Amino acid sequence: MTTVAVATATRAMRRPARSRSLRAWYRNGTLMAGLVIVGLLVLAAVLAPWLTPYDPIQQDLAHALESPSSAHWLGTDKYGRDILTRLLYGARVDLRIGFLAVLIPFVIGSVLGALAGYFGGWFDTLVMRVVDVFFAFPFYVLVIALVFILGAGESSIYLAIAAVSWVSYAKIMRGELLVAKKQDYVVAARLGGMSHTRILVRHIGPNVLSQALIYAMSDIVMDILAIVTLGYLGLGIAPPTAEWGSMILDGQEFITTQWLQATIPGLAVVVTSLGLSLLGDGLSDQLSPERRK
Amino acid sequence: MSTAVQEPTLEPSVLRVSALTKRYGGHSSWLSRLTSGPSVALKALDGIDLHLRPGEVLALVGESGSGKSTLAKILVGSATPTSGEVSVAGQPAPARRDKESSRRVQMVFQDPYSSLNPRITVGKMLSELLLLHRIVPRSEVRAESVRLLNLVGLEEDVLGAYPSQFSGGQRQRLAIARALAVRPDVLIADEPVSALDVSVQATILELFATLRSELGLSILFIAHNLAVVQHLADRVAVMYLGRIVEVAETSALFSAPRHPYTRALIDSIPRMTETSVNDGFELDGEPPSPYDVPAGCRFHPRCPLASEVCRENDPPLLTVGRAHESACLKADELADIPVPNAPQEHA
Repeated sequence: MTTVAVATATRAMRRPARSRSLRAWYRNGTLMAGLVIVGLLVLAAVLAPWLTPYDPIQQDLAHALESPSSAHWLGTDKYGRDILTRLLYGARVDLRIGFLAVLIPFVIGSVLGALAGYFGGWFDTLVMRVVDVFFAFPFYVLVIALVFILGAGESSIYLAIAAVSWVSYAKIMRGELLVAKKQDYVVAARLGGMSHTRILVRHIGPNVLSQALIYAMSDIVMDILAIVTLGYLGLGIAPPTAEWGSMILDGQEFITTQWLQATIPGLAVVVTSLGLSLLGDGLSDQLSPERRK
Repeated sequence: MSTAVQEPTLEPSVLRVSALTKRYGGHSSWLSRLTSGPSVALKALDGIDLHLRPGEVLALVGESGSGKSTLAKILVGSATPTSGEVSVAGQPAPARRDKESSRRVQMVFQDPYSSLNPRITVGKMLSELLLLHRIVPRSEVRAESVRLLNLVGLEEDVLGAYPSQFSGGQRQRLAIARALAVRPDVLIADEPVSALDVSVQATILELFATLRSELGLSILFIAHNLAVVQHLADRVAVMYLGRIVEVAETSALFSAPRHPYTRALIDSIPRMTETSVNDGFELDGEPPSPYDVPAGCRFHPRCPLASEVCRENDPPLLTVGRAHESACLKADELADIPVPNAPQEHA
């Protein structure tokens, strides 16, 4: 129990303030721009009923197809509904589905991919062959086919997207695990007598999850585009619910006279995608292992 | 006890390896045998016998590809041997280790950067092991962690720090503290200083020496450089292409090597005092591929003493002196060739 006085003992180092890493997050312009854009969009969606006096569904045919005015900042559609109001309520639907649709494939794909990469063997072969099958189909073909089979509606969209996009998470996490499990710290944890579950959850998990998280940001973009596309094709959320894709569909017949009708929801999609992409880029800068060195 | 030297099998050993072999590759199934050509197996280890006495530092030295790291992996249970046996503290160690049998043999890795989890603080790293193995009651975990840190020359205030806040040498100290936390019977150090700056190497070697003398720790110290182990090791085992070719006490090995490969390694230690040694023992070129081990003595293509008999006979490891074994047919001939200038202090 004696304490060894090592002659050349290295002086212990102080622990730098925790705030240093936090400041790096603030300094990351991409990340902050993404956060601001996505934050404003989410805020607008949540506060929609208080931001506008109009109802998104109630028709007012007397004021149909009006140009922007002080009463209707972005004009009205062919049923006389305020476009800004529908845009805000549409954000509620599109953002909600976009965020929620990512959760299921994120969890399922990450877990399957991680287990396949860590344990290898027949389980790895099985999972990766199934992944190959799903990967062989183009994303939209499979989503549209699945929604067609399951019937239009929010729950079919969740199911279709989950069934298609879990494969990306599985591939990413498998690759991460193949690298991580060879790291000496994982070998050391095994030597420490720790169980596979403990190593996966406590030791490897925190080191590899960031890659899946970064991908999830761009995946939300994909999902929102998919929802909008489905709406445009008439396979999405049933009218009269406000939704950006169906707004574009409704607006395109007036593209020569009232071009704002289709352009406004299209721009909303662009801005949302931009915000989420910036957020993803910023996160990947912040969470990449090179940066942590 | 005093006569134990006469009968090596009765010597107490904390770690013993007998007739260990490890083959990689070769066809495992009939399908791969059909689809590709003739089987090519790599013999990483080809019959290793080794024992480590309690409280001893045994150095294992050899070039890259000699099988040192494969042996280390098998000893800690992260690779399984093709045949042969490993026993720890007198009990056979299972190929698949459980919590208790993996605790007994701990390892310090070569790369102190990949061996510490970047997301786990020093305190958590140590307390997790202490609690998992119930080394101390929960209330004493912190005190025990501090004791471990002091043991490796670090202070209490690093408990909350992450590995990225440390230098290579400090990280290696942390890795040693982690290995000691579970109170192992044997510590395997796999080239623990070769990734460090030369100035730091000396301090880490000194730490190993201190730990051995203070704790009576049994250490298998793997190195590719004889100079590193000269002042640390009690005995040295020299490996060449998956075999141990010479084992001796450190002073005997350096003053009177009985294998030409050992002799070449000693000659290759850089010295400041003399002009470079030139007595014909320098090694030419790379070691032969372990896929295609030479017939006869595996060292004969690079050996200045090689003759016809060496090309035909594979020499076993035989006793050539007191606690001195060599696998060379010309071991006696070699004994008559003095080492030109025994290596000076070098550390």
